[in-house]
Amino acid sequence: MFKSRIGSVLRPTSPFKVLVQRFTFLALVGAALGLMVVSRADVHFVKQARVAAVDAVAPILDVLSHPAAAVLQMVDRVQGLVALDRENTLLKQENDHLKRWRNVALQLETENQELKKMLNFMPSSAMSFISARVISDSGGAFARSMLINSGSRDGIREGQIAITGDGLVGRIGEVGKRSSRILLLTDINSHIPVVSENSQSRAILVGGNSDRPQLVHLPSNARVSVGERIVTSGHGGAFPPGLPVGKVISVANGEIHIQPFVDMIRIEYVRVVEFGLDGFLPIAHGSG
Amino acid sequence: MFWNQLDLVARSLSPMAITLLLVMVSVLPMHIPFFGMVSPVLSLMAVYYWSVFRPDLMPSFAVFGAGLFQDILSGTPLGAFALVFLLVRVTVVSQRKFFIGNSFVVMWWGFMLVAAGSLVLVWGLASLLNMTLISPLGVAFQVFLTFALFPCFAWLFFRAQQAFLRQS
Repeated sequence: MFKSRIGSVLRPTSPFKVLVQRFTFLALVGAALGLMVVSRADVHFVKQARVAAVDAVAPILDVLSHPAAAVLQMVDRVQGLVALDRENTLLKQENDHLKRWRNVALQLETENQELKKMLNFMPSSAMSFISARVISDSGGAFARSMLINSGSRDGIREGQIAITGDGLVGRIGEVGKRSSRILLLTDINSHIPVVSENSQSRAILVGGNSDRPQLVHLPSNARVSVGERIVTSGHGGAFPPGLPVGKVISVANGEIHIQPFVDMIRIEYVRVVEFGLDGFLPIAHGSG
Repeated sequence: MFWNQLDLVARSLSPMAITLLLVMVSVLPMHIPFFGMVSPVLSLMAVYYWSVFRPDLMPSFAVFGAGLFQDILSGTPLGAFALVFLLVRVTVVSQRKFFIGNSFVVMWWGFMLVAAGSLVLVWGLASLLNMTLISPLGVAFQVFLTFALFPCFAWLFFRAQQAFLRQS
């Protein structure tokens, strides 16, 4: 720490100090620019370094993220108390509805098994999942990603799919030892092959860093209407077919926007799913 | 003697430690609607404040490190915030006598210019490196929120400065 005492003593080293300072500044600016180019080119060691750095602070983020989650839970509980009666009625109705569906599902399952027997159907390996806690949120307007507190040591691998009970969240983009980054479906780099459930029009869902991702590359004769459900199509192989993604919220000026089923803000836990063909992971029997 | 030295080192590191802590706080999931999208860049406030009051404790390589840390955690292109923080430091240090001689409001308005300039630059870099135009609306909100929250954090930095760095 140098304190400048101007005018008191002759300081023969000060021109050198200024020179060194300027050089440091320019070198660092150069380093920053270099990093941008290198990271754009997806160099392996840069990615590794980035993952290692996140891994190092993941335990701290894990601890720090607990209070925020606790506040959310408290708010939810208070809201729950207020709406208890109404919710009870709704749940009863929903329960009735679901019971009916359960019967239908059971019938269909039996029927399905009979049909499979007839076809000598080879079942695809059962899917397994890992539950993980969200420890960091997306970074402002520039990127849409989340860090979770599970990594390679828990069986997470790049390309696995993150979901909640409501639907698709995104895909695992980077994996560290004890943390991983999910690229959300709203991120600007997210491109997901999807299909509209009613009109069966294929499209690509692109993020754009907004809360309303957009459908592009639709066939010219496609008719997609507001409210229609959008699910993954499974084309390209990165995502399994049929995962609920969102519903169409606006169709205007040739732009179709969808609202994801998952409320990205409220996610506290995600399920990371392995849809691997060979059952890479031990099959975990978790709760719903 | 040894402990005094250690104390001095710890105190000198406090601005940097606060900046790194703020990077982590800013990426915590707050579960507030739209907050994630417009979350304020807390570390920018720290870089600005300490560049005005104690640039000796916030050297170029420290702001570079803080920027890189911000990039790594928030998922912006590596080097974007590192570059922007370096530019903020060099700009602010050249004008610091003006800020120190004036009232807090002047410093606050100065911060608005710095915040707007910085985030527009990050926006440009991120758009360029992703080869897509990122919606400027979110950036505008982010600038506003960062600017609006500055007094609260400046007060915290001031208290930290009083507590840790009074003697030096």
